[in-house]
Amino acid sequence: MSSTTVGAHGAAEHGRGSMTVGEFIRTYVFSLDHKIIGLQFLFSTLLWFLVGGLLALGIRWQLAWPWSSMPIIGRMLFSGEGGQISPEFYTTLFTMHATVMIFFVIIPILAGAFGNFLIPLMIGADDMAFPTLNMLSYWFMWPAFICIGLSFFSAPYGAGAGWTSYAPLSVVGEAAPGSAMWVGSLPGAQTLWLLGITFVGISSMMGSVNYMTTIIQMRAPGMTMFRLPLTIWAMFITAILQAFALPVLTAAGFMQLLDRTLGTGFFLPEGLVVNNSLPATGGGQPLLWQHLFWFYSHPAVYIMILPAMGMVSDIIACFARKPIFGYKPMVYSISGIAGLGFIVWGHHMFVSGMNPLLGMTFMVSTMMIALPSAVKVFNWLGTVWGGKVQFTTPMLFALSFVSMFIIGGLSGIFMAATPVDIFIHDTYFIVAHFHYVLFSGTAMAVFGAIYFWFPKMFGRMMNENWGKVHFFLTFVFLNGTFFAMHILGAVGFPRRLADPYDYETFRQLQPMNQFITICAIGMVSSQVIFAANFIYSMFYGPRVGRNPWGANSLEWTAPSPPGHGNFDFQPVVYRGPYEYGSPEVDTDFYPQIQPPPSDPARRYKPEHH
Amino acid sequence: MGRFWSLLFLMVPVLGVGIFVWAIAGWWPIQNHWLPDNINDHGHVIDSLFNFILYLTGAIFIATGLVLFWFLWKYDAAQNAEPVKYSHGSHTLEVVWSIIPSVTLLFIAIYQMNAWADAKLRRPEISRTPGPDGKLHTDDDVVVLQPPLAEVTGRQFEWRVRYAAADGILGTEDDVQITNELHIPQGEDVVLRIKSQDVLHSFFLPNLRIKQDVVPGMKQHVWFRANRTGVYDIVCAELCGWGHYKMRGRLTVEDRSSFNRWLADQHTKQTQAEFQKPTGGEE
Repeated sequence: MSSTTVGAHGAAEHGRGSMTVGEFIRTYVFSLDHKIIGLQFLFSTLLWFLVGGLLALGIRWQLAWPWSSMPIIGRMLFSGEGGQISPEFYTTLFTMHATVMIFFVIIPILAGAFGNFLIPLMIGADDMAFPTLNMLSYWFMWPAFICIGLSFFSAPYGAGAGWTSYAPLSVVGEAAPGSAMWVGSLPGAQTLWLLGITFVGISSMMGSVNYMTTIIQMRAPGMTMFRLPLTIWAMFITAILQAFALPVLTAAGFMQLLDRTLGTGFFLPEGLVVNNSLPATGGGQPLLWQHLFWFYSHPAVYIMILPAMGMVSDIIACFARKPIFGYKPMVYSISGIAGLGFIVWGHHMFVSGMNPLLGMTFMVSTMMIALPSAVKVFNWLGTVWGGKVQFTTPMLFALSFVSMFIIGGLSGIFMAATPVDIFIHDTYFIVAHFHYVLFSGTAMAVFGAIYFWFPKMFGRMMNENWGKVHFFLTFVFLNGTFFAMHILGAVGFPRRLADPYDYETFRQLQPMNQFITICAIGMVSSQVIFAANFIYSMFYGPRVGRNPWGANSLEWTAPSPPGHGNFDFQPVVYRGPYEYGSPEVDTDFYPQIQPPPSDPARRYKPEHH
Repeated sequence: MGRFWSLLFLMVPVLGVGIFVWAIAGWWPIQNHWLPDNINDHGHVIDSLFNFILYLTGAIFIATGLVLFWFLWKYDAAQNAEPVKYSHGSHTLEVVWSIIPSVTLLFIAIYQMNAWADAKLRRPEISRTPGPDGKLHTDDDVVVLQPPLAEVTGRQFEWRVRYAAADGILGTEDDVQITNELHIPQGEDVVLRIKSQDVLHSFFLPNLRIKQDVVPGMKQHVWFRANRTGVYDIVCAELCGWGHYKMRGRLTVEDRSSFNRWLADQHTKQTQAEFQKPTGGEE
């Protein structure tokens, strides 16, 4: 990998280019090294990010110029429909956009890529607790990739029941083209979708067991729980969330699979006939699926944001050159979000037909989950206060996370209020809300994290100037895209309509949708700058030493990139990771492994109050 | 560059609020880009709650946005000569900014409950007489709920409407049946029974601030009092298949006498059709 490779596991030193095929496969393909596995997750998820983004553009095209052919590529893609996006394919577009983005991008890029890469490095371990399990957690993504990839070809149109896969639409084969049971000799798209999601679940489960064990068992001497970087705290809590919520989704997925294949009828009422299907034998309830699905998928929302919050905390403290404000409240608020996260799933179901009294309880718990989020925002602001802010690319992305998360958090309060939700449920208001949280929040944090840890991953810097251009364009276009969606939502503009302009209520909204689409095209195009910067810097970026940003946490004391076994010394931890600007030292940072000054007079004595 | 980036972050609250003000004011070119006209007597509660949350969150949005901008502007490393404030936080501040939001959020939650109960729990009543305890508004009251005026059934991809017609009872032979057309009388409490025949749909009346998913195997009720005549959209708001986008119904609000006339007309049309084709078989 590099000249600084250290063989803590007794790995042989190889010269460049002298690797045999077997060695190459062991080192880079079926690797047991957490860093390689992390990078495998990173590359796979970034490629799927591109796929998900292009699917989103398909949706946007249809909403801006319904039934018109996309220039040039329209005729190539949809020759059967004269270049049009058919309404069947439109349902596939939004189903697969969400599926890909959630299950193949956000969850695996946070837990899989950054969790894998950072956990052992930041806690001072040489690898994960279970390296083979770790390798399997990546390779179990591949059956999922294949199932979901095949689902596009299986039925004429792919799975089209939404990423929520609500029964009966997803269960009854006659209900939608994508729900057909068999297409030739291939299982129908919806069956493949369910299998794919199950494999993602197995992968996440293996990862989460590994992360919990590693963080509990493998911390370096002196690394107490309250000296962990917030990234690790967030990964730890996320792993717990995964471990407890995911079995429910897996079980529910199997139930839906059985409903489809064996006619078990968990989610179908008696005598149900959809589109001339045989009457269902029944005994089930469509709402049961929603409860089971959201019991996982609401905690999943926090699985998709907590690691981002952790990474943003580390980046902001580093570039404000100041200790994180309120470390323990930050830890408690992560835990609070996770705990409350288990009892708010019903807010997806306020108008579903669920008992309205139950809606009231879920409203209270949902309102209260805004509290830990607010505490986190105040603490980030407190961290910037009185610092010396360096506007590096990672810092800009991290700050934009804070700025955008405020919008996403506040717009959530509208939906939490049940009477208001009656009007805005399933409208573009909710689309705006979760894109502010997941794209403007998490994806921006991920970009920041890539710029921040890239030197550690590859031993080279990404170009800062192009990074800032990438930031500026993404930031401007994403707000153009997603902010305007709040306005659409206020008119009641519904999601998932292939042609909303048939309704007189929404006819005047087409120009605004065209504006949004243009911004979305700009946003996706801007990522070319990122891709070019990423690939170029991997090979030709300026080489860096161990600690290019002057950061405190343990990964910055390992070589860049760290060899197999990570550290070329045994890290011993003396303090938390946020001691920037400490009076005990002359530098503005104070690495966790640096022993305290020998002169007791120089030691800092905190004031007690 | 710190100055530039600080100002960029300042643009978030400035433009954010600007776009909302623009849409609310309905200036060119985004006229009618706000809550559609509310024609439901109960709907204004939802609108005022929406606005209440909008102003409250708007104030927090502006305040936090300005604070972020100011900190970035003031503590820009290129401009700020002061040493870093070596602080790990403040217990007092944490307590303050935990208690104030939690009280506010709890207030919002409790404040909404009455509106929610009105919309989903308190169906209009025809009469209420005291039960054995002789007191009104106790649990043992004898309550006669208002019967549904019509039953709306969602199916791929249309709304089937069924009126009780002359006998006032749904599900009898004289029911008037019609597709995608719902007429209701103005100024009266209207209860609709809504259900689904096949997959999930959602019965969404944007102008009445009504939305209720219909679930196969369940029956739901919605109620409202429309105060303005006209023709409005019935929207399906829950994905129901490839034709979800075209599952559009029309709601006509008219005064009682024209409603009665319309219903009688429909009934006549229906029965005449039956006379002319006696072997056709009613479904």
